[in-house]
Amino acid sequence: MTGTSPAVVSASKLGLTFQTNDGPVQALTDVDLTIGKGEFISFIGPSGCGKTTLLRVIADLEKPTSGMISVNGMSPEEAREKRAYGYVFQAAALFPWRTIERNVALPLEIIGLSKAEQAERIKRTLELVNLSGFEKKYPWQLSGGMQQRASIARALAFDADLLLMDEPFGALDEIVRDHLNKQLLELWDSTNKTICFVTHSIPEAVYLSTRIVVMSPRPGRVTDVIESTLPRKRPLHIRETPEFLAIAARVRDGLRAGHSYED
Amino acid sequence: MDSFREKIVPVTTILAGLVVVWYVFAVILNAPFQRDLDRRADETPGTVEFIGKTLSQPKPTLPAPHQVAVNFFENTFLRSVTSNRSLVYNAWVTLSSTLLGFAFGTALGIIIAVGIVHVASLDRSLMPWIIASQTIPILAVAPMIIVVLAAVGITGLIPKALISTYLSFFPVAVGMVKGLRSPELTHLDLMHTYYASRSQIFWKLRVPASVPFLFTSMKVAVAASLVGAIVGELPTGAVAGIGAKLLSGAYYSQSIDIWSALVAGSIVAALLVMVVGIAGRLVDRAMGGRPA
Repeated sequence: MTGTSPAVVSASKLGLTFQTNDGPVQALTDVDLTIGKGEFISFIGPSGCGKTTLLRVIADLEKPTSGMISVNGMSPEEAREKRAYGYVFQAAALFPWRTIERNVALPLEIIGLSKAEQAERIKRTLELVNLSGFEKKYPWQLSGGMQQRASIARALAFDADLLLMDEPFGALDEIVRDHLNKQLLELWDSTNKTICFVTHSIPEAVYLSTRIVVMSPRPGRVTDVIESTLPRKRPLHIRETPEFLAIAARVRDGLRAGHSYED
Repeated sequence: MDSFREKIVPVTTILAGLVVVWYVFAVILNAPFQRDLDRRADETPGTVEFIGKTLSQPKPTLPAPHQVAVNFFENTFLRSVTSNRSLVYNAWVTLSSTLLGFAFGTALGIIIAVGIVHVASLDRSLMPWIIASQTIPILAVAPMIIVVLAAVGITGLIPKALISTYLSFFPVAVGMVKGLRSPELTHLDLMHTYYASRSQIFWKLRVPASVPFLFTSMKVAVAASLVGAIVGELPTGAVAGIGAKLLSGAYYSQSIDIWSALVAGSIVAALLVMVVGIAGRLVDRAMGGRPA
């Protein structure tokens, strides 16, 4: 909200090398990236390209071994301490012994909100993901898509401006995925959050993003960053337009340039 | 109807088979003594009469099921529950120390598990000792515990309960270590993204995740507690309890008494395991468990 809106995420020369029994593995090398407020950034690439690792570094779930990274102008750990982001995992990861509303309440309990405020936030976020009426259900009573929506509600509950999503719809079928993509865009449009979204689906990345970060494996690195020319409002059928297909082709070219289609 | 066919029929079939085998062995094992008696009395009974006699000896080597059943019925239902010959009275004496020991053991097991999960040095130092503790034969340790405690003036319920504790803390400790470590990595990562404290992770994630493990291990522990209580009654020359009934039965060769005390013990064990199982299911239901 300051005049010169600082970058939400800023990385320079970022690297992470895992020490494994088979020797060091370079999960990330020389990543330079700046993410501005309100952007919808997708990270795309084949498995092993470090896209999830990058997201986990931003979330302070992994520590980088070289380079610099800041989140909201702070170190990732400070940002995590300030609850600067909500994280959505590939699996919904709801606690099976909590109802949907208690699951959404979990982060709110941890930051110590009053019961009244919890109830208000639960109501608001469940409305946001169209799950009103399912408050008292247990996770197993919901479909996979609904469970993932509940986990998005949980990530939204403490109102962080940054949403980190690690292949949140990867395990869902395509029809559900289309539907959730559309809902996610509407949510992004109405809340003006910054979203970092990991995916391995080209159409998903192109449909959702304002910018697409193409990554390659061995070593994990950023090979291309593509600005989307699509408008902010995107109906589902935008995916059949030449403009959309042109961006998808550029992403594919970027992946090919990073040798992602080779064995 | 389904539960009748699926559960009751198989169990009763096995039971009927066991009873038949039992009768066969009762005849075989009691026959030598019966032949001896007949020879001395100069009697030559027919086969049917002979078998009848092997199954109605007053102090048989192996009592027949109906002898045990009659003895069990008389000592359970026909005696005042305050009589020290009543099985209900004796079962209650054993049950009370079982329950006390089980409560101690469960509490101790949980405390040890929490320590092991949260303190790395305890994980390395305590676990081998816990495992070693269970390799010591309880029959050898029990008299020493009773004698030592009696020497410092502690007698009665507590020493027996401590032996139950000794046997029952182990399954709970092992089960709870597993249970407290059962949360998925994603759930732990999730708590990490919330900057949750260790105690928040413990109470909101580890404890609820461990509940099914707790009840599974409590089922084992409650049966072990009963064994502990019975074993604890043997060296004391206890005047009451299922262990005392077993011992006095052995002194006076009252084999029928021994067997009916064994039946009483088994029934108590089955009831205890059942109660823990039901409690586990109720808690699971309350925690949103999917009905099976």
